[in-house]
This record gives sequence, C-alpha cells and structure tokens, in this order.
Amino acid sequence: MSSISPPRKAFRVPQESYLGGVCSGLALHLGIGATWVRVFFLLTGLFGFGVVFYLGLWITLPMAPAPVESPGLEAASRQGRRPGRPTALRDAGPHIAFVVVLLGVVGLVDGNGGPALLWPALFAVGGIAVLWRQADQAQRERWLDTTTRLDVRRLVVGSGGWAAYARLAAGLGLLVTALLLFAVQTGQLRVAQDIVVAATLGVAGLAVILGPWLVRLVADLGEERAARVRTQERADVAAHLHDSVLQTLALIQKNAADPGRVATLARAQERDLRSWMYGDARPDDVTVTSALQAAAAEVEDAHGVPVEVVVVGDSGGRVAVTEPVRAVLQAAREAMVNAARHAGAPVVDVYAEVVPAGERSGTLDVFVRDRGSGFDPDAVPADRLGVRHSILDRVTRHGGRAEVRSRPGHGTEVRLHVGDLELASRTDHPTTDQQQPTGGSRP
Amino acid sequence: MRTVVIVDDHAMFRAGVRSELAGAVDVVAEASDVPTAVAAVLTHRPEVVLLDVHLPGGGGVQVMRDVAHRSPGTRFLALSVSDAAEDVIGTIRGGARGYVTKTITGPELVDAIERVADGDAVFSPRLAGFVLDAFAGSIEVAHVDEDLDRLTEREREVMRLIARGYAYKEVAAELFISVKTVETHVSSVLRKLQLSSRHELTRWAADRRLL
Repeated sequence: MSSISPPRKAFRVPQESYLGGVCSGLALHLGIGATWVRVFFLLTGLFGFGVVFYLGLWITLPMAPAPVESPGLEAASRQGRRPGRPTALRDAGPHIAFVVVLLGVVGLVDGNGGPALLWPALFAVGGIAVLWRQADQAQRERWLDTTTRLDVRRLVVGSGGWAAYARLAAGLGLLVTALLLFAVQTGQLRVAQDIVVAATLGVAGLAVILGPWLVRLVADLGEERAARVRTQERADVAAHLHDSVLQTLALIQKNAADPGRVATLARAQERDLRSWMYGDARPDDVTVTSALQAAAAEVEDAHGVPVEVVVVGDSGGRVAVTEPVRAVLQAAREAMVNAARHAGAPVVDVYAEVVPAGERSGTLDVFVRDRGSGFDPDAVPADRLGVRHSILDRVTRHGGRAEVRSRPGHGTEVRLHVGDLELASRTDHPTTDQQQPTGGSRP
Repeated sequence: MRTVVIVDDHAMFRAGVRSELAGAVDVVAEASDVPTAVAAVLTHRPEVVLLDVHLPGGGGVQVMRDVAHRSPGTRFLALSVSDAAEDVIGTIRGGARGYVTKTITGPELVDAIERVADGDAVFSPRLAGFVLDAFAGSIEVAHVDEDLDRLTEREREVMRLIARGYAYKEVAAELFISVKTVETHVSSVLRKLQLSSRHELTRWAADRRLL
C-alpha cells in the first residue's frame, strides 16, 4: 500500500458527553459502543480506579476539533448571514444524571456509615468536575467562535448564557460547600475561615503581580493569531479567485460575441466556485459521487448542456469503486453524452443511489434522464451500436442491468443497476480485514 | 396574480428576478436584510416570500422565525446560491415550503411560486436527494422510532422520482396515481422533514461530518 494513514489520535467528544466526553471519545477510538465503555468506567469506578483513570484522561485527552465547514458557509456564518448556533443548553439530561449518580453514591455510602470526610470530598470532586465541564464548553465555543481575538472573559464563560454562569456558580458553590462541610464536621470553623481568607489573598496577590503580563500575553497572542489567520485566508481566496474567476472573466470578455461559449464558461465557473464554496472538501478520492460529478462536468464543458447530479447514500464514498461499478459509471457517462448531444434537452438529470444492503454488499442504481426529443428504441437500426455497445452490453457484461426507456417527444431515461457491491473500507473505522497484512493481496 | 416579496441582499439579483417574474406574479416589495424583510412581509402580507438563505441579520431562517406566527397566510420559498446540505435542510426545517437554487429558470420559478402559494411543497431534485439521504437510516429494522421519523415506501418512491428529474405529472403517471396524490405525498414528506424528531437528521449530519 502506498498511502500511509496518519496515526490515529484519541479525542474527547464533549458533544456527546455526560461528563467530559471521555467515554464517547474512547468508544470512537476503539470502535466499540459507548455504553460498554461507560459500563466499564462505572464498574471500575466503584473501586476508585475508574474515577482516577477517567479524570486523568479528561485532563490529558485533547478535545475533538470542531468540524471544518466549507468557505462559503464559514464566510456566511461570520457575516451573520446564517442562523447562529442555538445558545440554549442542549439538554439538562447529563447534569441531572450526574447529580443523581452523585446523590446515589452519597446515599449509598452515607447509609452505611461512611467516613466523616466523605461528603466534603464528594462535593469537592463534583465542584471540580462541573468547573472542568465549563472549561470544556468555553473551549468548544472558542473553536466555533468566528472572531479571532482571544478574550479573557470568553476563555472563562464562552459565549456566556445562563448555562455557563450556572455551571460556574454550581462548581464554585460545591467547592465552598465542601469546605464548609469539612469545617463543620471537623468542628474547626475558624480554621476553614482562615483557609478561605488565605487562599483568596494568595490568588488575589498572584493576580496583582502577574496580571499585567498575563493580560499582555493574551492580547498579543490574540492579535498575532488574528493577523496570521487573516493573511492566510486572504492569500487563499486571492489565489483561488485568480485561478478561477479572473481567468474565466478574461475568457468571457474575449468571447463576448459568442453567447453559447459565454454560457458554457459561466456555467463551468459557477460549478467550480460552488463546489469550492459549499462542497465537501474531498475531491481527490475516486468515489461514485466524484466520478459522476467529474463526468457531468466534462459533458457540460464539451456540449454546453447543464447536467445536474444528485447522489444519495454515498457520503464518504461508502462503496468501493470496483470493476462493475466502473462499468456503470462509464455507461452513465456515455448516457450523459448521448443526452447532451442528441436529445436537445435544456438540462440532463443524473440520479444515483447507493443502497448498502446489510454490512458486506450493496446496490448501485444510476438514472440518466433528459426531457429532450426522445426516440423509439425498437426503431434503432441494428447496425447502430452506440447505445447497445457502450451502455447496455458494458453493464450486463459485469453482471448488472441496463435499460433504455424512451418515447419520441417524452425524452429518454437510461437506468443502470448493479448489485453485490463491496463497501469501501473507511480509514477512520478500520475493520478487521484491514488489520491483516495487505501485502500481495492486490490483484 | 400572486403577491410576492423578494428578499435578497444583492440588488442586482433582485432586479434580475423581478424582471424574470414580470407579468407572471405581482412583486409587491423587496427587502435586503432580516429587519426590512420582516417589515415588508408584515406590511404587505404577500402570499409568497422568495427568501435568500444567506441574509444579513441571521439568515432567511430568522425571517421565518420572526414572521411565521404574525403572518400565517404567508408561505416561504427558499432561493439560494448555496446548495450545502446544512443550509438546505436547515431552511426547510425552519419552515420553508420549498427550496430552489438561483440557477432556476424564470418559468420554473413562476411554477414553483404558484405551487407554494397553493399550499403545496416544492422539491428540487437536489432537495429530494438530501431528503432521501437524511431519512436513509430510517428503514433499519432495529431502530423502532415513532412514525414521524420515517418515510413510507410510497413517499420514498415519490422522492426518488423527483430526484431523478420527474415532474409531478410524470411521477403520477409512473406510479399510476393521481397528481393530487403525488402532492399529498410530497406535502407529507415536507411535514415529516419539518416535524420529525431531530434524531435521524442529527445522525445524518454526524455521518456526514465523519467524511
């Protein structure tokens, strides 16, 4: 295998979390159900080991990076042209679950006459957990943030909202409660007071001494980051505009007298820009989708007829492009060429549907339809082999089905079908097949 | 004639649409951002609003949020240059009765406006494809959810044919049903898309992120 996949990293996935997203992240990384990981941590947590393990992972694992959006969507979001993210708390379920578990553990142990320090310790752990949770939230929001400046307030509360402040208050409240309980239970209220005062003074003193440097550091970082991001983005956009739009506009000026050519150029440029701005950023892989889109683009450019491609069920290239699939794709391309060349239709519709049946195999259906002149398939002379050869035979040779439906005046539809497809192996979720040595397995 | 408000932040595009629609519908107002759009709709109470998806002030969805309950007779047809799945599905779930891209021809746009004004839904082939994709996981046997989260086999057929470029009339002929029935199916798909629990759609989005 020539392609080297990068080492897989484990992340926390706070988007699907009850606490810190450690379990869901581990589940993704290990390729097992999140429930099993959670059960594991709950069971081991009873002996204390799981709790420590979990906290350690929470601290060390990086947060899963925010998904990258296409440039068009990002720009529109930044300029406030798209609805913002819902600011309300997603749902209170995780927090309720957390509190219930906490109370349950407390009740369990307390009922059995646990040590006196248990309550304060539990409250302290709970408070710290909630504070860490808020730090996660703030970090996530900073990733989704569209302004590039660092802001101390945003570092702490993210984009604000009552949930952030509630978490902060709850976390601090739990910590103070822990301290008070500790004091009351040990009967040393004075000591607790002293500790609180000393700690507050210490923190305040540090803040006064280090504050100016910290503020400056944060500001510098923010500005540096903003400047870098701006420069890079401008360079990227400029390069793309130069390569595409400017060149096309120059061509259009030269061809202003030829409306057909201008329309073709404009259409090709529109397609290019659209895929750049709103498309999924994976143009290099050969998938059913990319192959059909490439064929459609070629036909559009060569014949000046728009070809609309709609593909269903192929997100991420779920079907391996094997020989039968390639046959169907080539036949579909041929059908597009025929429709663009002979039908005289204003537009050609291409629809492909990938149905993964079960785990190992699936079907691919492709329909190429135009509303052009149409013809009578039975009246085509036997020596005109174009359709028969390049479409029907090619597909049937590979075990598929092909059918041409056409009536004069009602346009033409070519239907292609092939079954028993192999699923493409996904690099981010390796199957057991992949882990076996692959040397010499290529045909 | 149908009363229409055009909402788009590009004056040139508004002018172009207006001239293409001239004579077929009555363009009563234009607007260029969310506040002016809300004001225009509440003043003129048009039958149909041609709504750009990317709009200063929070996007087309914001207009629908602000206006929906205050002008119940008004229907929204999204008209956008973006064909990103997030925008398309988001706008439909925000309450739009249809979604067409800006490359649509004048007569097709008039047809879509008429249909939306009649209370019908307008699915372009691309939108039908997105819908099929979004509900693709819903036929899993193991996943028993409420009915709302699924498309019936018939509705999937209709969506498939629309994605293949069939007009309603042709869909009806292909499936041996009446055009009225096709409209019923299409409306019910739209309703499911707008009302269904977020579960299937969220999973679909998550799947796409995994690309």
